Amino acid sequence: MNLHEYQSKRIFDEYGIAVPKGRIAASEPEAVAAARELAGPVWVVKAQVHAGGRGKAGGVRLCRSAQEVGRAAAAMLGQRLVTKQTGAAGLPINLVYVESGSAIERELYLSLLLNRERGRIAFVASAAGGMDIEEVAAHEPEKILRADIDPAAGLQSYQCRRLAFGLGLAGGQVAEFERIARALYRLYLDRDLSLIEINPLIVTKDGQLVALDAKINAEANALYRQPALVLLRDPSQEDARERAASEHDLNYVSLDGNIACMVNGAGLAMATMDLIKLHGGAPANFLDVGGTATAERVTAAFRLILSNERVRAVLVNIFGGIVRCDVIAEGIVQAVQQVGVTVPVIVRLEGTNADRARKILSASKLAITPAKDLTDAATKAVRSASRGARR
Amino acid sequence: MSILVNRKSRVICQGFTGKQGTFHSEQAIAYGTNLVGGVTPGRGGERHLDRLVFNTVHDAVAATGADVSMIYVPAPFAADAILEAADAGIRLIVCITEGIPVNDMIKVKAALAGQRCRLVGPNCPGVITPGECKVGIMPGFIHKPGRVGIVSRSGTLTYEAVFQTTNLGLGQSSCVGIGGDPVRGMNFVDVIGLFEKDEDTEGIVMVGEIGGSDEEAAAGYIRRHVSKPVVAYIAGVTAPPGKRMGHAGAVIAGGKGAAEDKYTALEAAGVRTVRSPAELGSAMKSALASRRRRAKKR
Repeated sequence: MNLHEYQSKRIFDEYGIAVPKGRIAASEPEAVAAARELAGPVWVVKAQVHAGGRGKAGGVRLCRSAQEVGRAAAAMLGQRLVTKQTGAAGLPINLVYVESGSAIERELYLSLLLNRERGRIAFVASAAGGMDIEEVAAHEPEKILRADIDPAAGLQSYQCRRLAFGLGLAGGQVAEFERIARALYRLYLDRDLSLIEINPLIVTKDGQLVALDAKINAEANALYRQPALVLLRDPSQEDARERAASEHDLNYVSLDGNIACMVNGAGLAMATMDLIKLHGGAPANFLDVGGTATAERVTAAFRLILSNERVRAVLVNIFGGIVRCDVIAEGIVQAVQQVGVTVPVIVRLEGTNADRARKILSASKLAITPAKDLTDAATKAVRSASRGARR
Repeated sequence: MSILVNRKSRVICQGFTGKQGTFHSEQAIAYGTNLVGGVTPGRGGERHLDRLVFNTVHDAVAATGADVSMIYVPAPFAADAILEAADAGIRLIVCITEGIPVNDMIKVKAALAGQRCRLVGPNCPGVITPGECKVGIMPGFIHKPGRVGIVSRSGTLTYEAVFQTTNLGLGQSSCVGIGGDPVRGMNFVDVIGLFEKDEDTEGIVMVGEIGGSDEEAAAGYIRRHVSKPVVAYIAGVTAPPGKRMGHAGAVIAGGKGAAEDKYTALEAAGVRTVRSPAELGSAMKSALASRRRRAKKR
C-alpha cells in the first residue's frame, strides 16, 4: 500500500526527520491560504498522486507568489497526472501539497528496503540524488552505496558513518545523518514498511539535511497490525477493478489486452498470460481466484473481468488440486447464466473431478468451449478474440 | 531414495485442530504419510484424527520422535511456530501459511542461520515424495513415483509439471514447492543441490517466476555443480513492472527480476528452457532420452 508524500512527511516529522514546512490544499483558495501561512519567497506546489516521475510530468511547480501558487493548484486539481509510472490513464489529482521553497546546496538519495538476496533490510544511498536511481544503478553502479542491517544486532554506527562519508558529508552532518538513518530504521520496523525512499535528501545552503521528497510503501501482509496506516489508504489512487477484486479476496491486476483470464493460483495465472502472448494474443488481466474458489467467487470474478469493455474472450484455466473442478464448473455455469456473458468462454479444467466438471459444462447447453489442454485453451482463446466484436 | 521426506519421516502438524490443519492432515494420513501427532496450544492430551494433540512442539517431539513439521497456523502466529519447531529439534519445517509479514520472516531467517534444521516455505504447497510421504496441500493423486525432481515457486504450476511428468510415465522422485514469498527458507540452489546428489533423481524440472534473482543464482550453481539435465520455465514474461502478481515475491522492481533476464541466465548455464508451461514434461522426456542415448554410446 502506498502513502502520499504529505502523509509520509507527517510521519517523518513524528520521527524527527526534517521536512520543509507544508500544507495540503484541495482548492485554489486553500492553496493561496496555505502559501500565505508558509514562509516565502518561493513555494512549491506538488500534485499528490501515488506515482513517481511527477516533476517531469508537470506535477511539481515552483511559484514566486501566493497568487501563482493558487493558479498552479487550480491547473492541477481535478486533472489526471500521467507519469512514466502511471500508465496512459494517469492518476487523479485530488490534493496538492504546498511547501516553502528550500535553498539547495546538494541533492542526495537515501532509501531503506528489503535486500531479497540476503533477506535483510538495507540502506541504499547515493550522492547522485534527485535523479532516477535505477538509471544511476544501471549506468554508474559505483555511485550506489549499500548497507545491509543484521536484524539481531540492528543498525550499527559504523554503517551510518560509511554511508555519510561516502555521501560526502562532513563535520556535524555525519552525526546528523546517523540520527536520521536510525530514525528511518525505527520507522521501517515500527510501521512494517516495505520501502522508505527520500529522493532527494538535500543538504541546504546552511548545511542542514532535509527530506525534500518522501515516499513510503506499507507491507501488505502486515497491515492487519497497522490500523493507523490502513486509515491513510486513498482508494482514488487505485484501479477500480483491482479495488473491487480485493473486496472479494481476488488477486486482480489490469492489463491492456482483450483476453480476460480466470485462473487458480498466482503462478498458473501468470503462465496463462504468457501462453496467450506466446500464441499471438494479449491478456486483459491477471486474476487468481485462489485455492478455495467457490461458486460465488467464480461469479464475482466473471462480473469483474467482464466489466472491462475491451474483453473479447474469456479463458478459464483451473488446475483442481484442493479446489474441485466440478465446483468450479457449477460456478461457471451459474456465472454465465447470471451475468449474461456476451463473449466466447473457453474453459480448461484439469485435476480433481475434472470428468464430472466436463459433464456439467456440456449438459448446461451454454456456449462454453472446452479445451483439452493448456495449448489448446490458449489457441482457442486467441482465435476467438481476434474474430472480433462483442455480441 | 528421495529428498527431504520419505516413508520413515515422522511428521507432526502445527495448527493440527484448526480447519486447514485438520483437512490437510486427513489428506496426508489418507496418502500414507506417517503423521504421528499434532500441536495446538491448550489442547494437549486430546485426541484428534486418532492421534495425540500436544501443547508444545517440544512435548510432541519428546513423545513421538517427530522430525518433520507442517505448519498451518495463521499468519500472525506463524513466525513463532517456525521458531518453536526449530528450537524443539525438528529437522524439516514446512510452512504452508500465506501472508506472513516480511519483517517477521527476516527475523526467522536470521534466527535459523547456523541451525541444523531446514525450512521450506512459507506460502508454499509443501513437499511430497510420491507413494511415501505427503507434507503439504498438493493433490496426492496426480503424483507417481519416478525419476524427475521438481522444484517450484508456485503451487499450481508445480501441479502442472507433476501432471505432465506423470502422464508421460516419468513420475517424480520428490517435489518441493519453495514458496512465493520474497524471504523464505530453502531456495532453488538448496533443493537442486539435493536433487543432484539423489540417486533416484535423473532430471530436474525448475519452475521460477518474476521477482528477485534466485533463478539467476540457480543458473550459476547449475553451471558449476549440476550434471543432471535441468528443464526450466519462468512465469511472468507478460507481467508489467512494479505490480505484485498475486505472490508477495512476484514483482519486477527497479528493473530487476524480469523473466527474460532469468531465461538468459539459465540458457547460458546450459538449462533447457521452455516458453510454454505445457512443454515442461515433454522437454524433460526428450532431455532424459538423449542423456540415455549418450550413456549407451559410451
